[in-house]
Amino acid sequence: MDKPNIIKLVNGQKGNLIKITELNLEGVMRRRLLDLGFVTGALVEVIRKSPLGDPIAFRVSQTTIALRREESSKIEGELISNGE
Amino acid sequence: MGNEYRIALAGNPNTGKSTLFNALTGLRQHTGNWAGKTVSLAQGSVQFKDKVFQLIDLPGTYSLFSNSTDEEVARNYIVFEKPDVTIVVLDATSLERNFNLALQVLEMTTNVIICINLIDVAEEQGININERLLTNRLGVPVIKISARNKKGFPMLLDTIDRIVTGAIECHPVQMFYPDEIEAKIMKIEPKVREIVGDHLSSRWVTLRLLDGDEALLNEISKRLVPEEV
Ligand SMILES: Nc1nc2c(ncn2[C@@H]2O[C@H](COP(=O)(O)OP(=O)(O)OP(=O)(O)O)[C@@H](O)[C@H]2O)c(=O)[nH]1
Ligand SMILES: [Mg+2]
Repeated sequence: MDKPNIIKLVNGQKGNLIKITELNLEGVMRRRLLDLGFVTGALVEVIRKSPLGDPIAFRVSQTTIALRREESSKIEGELISNGE
Repeated sequence: MGNEYRIALAGNPNTGKSTLFNALTGLRQHTGNWAGKTVSLAQGSVQFKDKVFQLIDLPGTYSLFSNSTDEEVARNYIVFEKPDVTIVVLDATSLERNFNLALQVLEMTTNVIICINLIDVAEEQGININERLLTNRLGVPVIKISARNKKGFPMLLDTIDRIVTGAIECHPVQMFYPDEIEAKIMKIEPKVREIVGDHLSSRWVTLRLLDGDEALLNEISKRLVPEEV
């Protein structure tokens, strides 16, 4: 068995499917991301990366949501599939 | 006043609140300012049997933790203006996301109807929703409608009627938190209850305090303390 491949959302590539394991954020920013559906266990798909990598669009709980680097760099998850 | 009741419509953005509001109220609507903010909420009335229901169309939000003015307006209306019934309008095709807000409302207030809209779209997508099971699990009425096709309205109006007359009693399911948090709630809640009395849910206020919600604290001291409640 391979060890789970844990990556930060900011490092995800288009098509990657990531299962969230940790939010390293506090306060209002954490609250806001939880409300948008970035909760532990949620499956997130990387939809689009802009040329400079910021922001990145994710699909979570049937909605597309763009996150800035300062947010997506603080969310970790297990890479479930590369999406090819 | 005697046969007039206020019914608030809450829900995520784009779930059909205004469509439902317009279909029920027709042209009988106007806007008013609430909660001391210059955000105008559409209000309109609908007659049902011997009663008049005043509907209030709240801003659509993903949450009610006052991360934005819209969230604050909707939250303040529900907890401080105390509508007779709060209807949470959900998108049938996106229940997982929509239940975040619905569960928040169930923690804040008692008389709630969960109204699952866009049921026509869900049916097209092969999504089946068991509203009776949901009603049992949530402890409040769950009703399926299609606001655009005016489907499910008689049931919705009848349920509002039965809640305001007391024929239906709502018992929203209580969310339980990890032991550490429940222990803190037990410690703080009695003191909170001394201050808020029956005006607000003491458990909900306690949870907000544990979360460090200063905006709510300010709102409470503005609204409750001057009356020496
Ligand atoms: N197919 C279908 N479409 C609906 C139904 N109810 C609403 N819609 C459509 O959903 C879209 C959003 O409806 P609104 O009533 O504006 O939603 P809202 O909840 O008021 O949105 P916000 O005010 O932005 O929070 C509109 O295009 C409506 O026509 C329905 O029952 N079936
Ligand atoms: Mg609207």
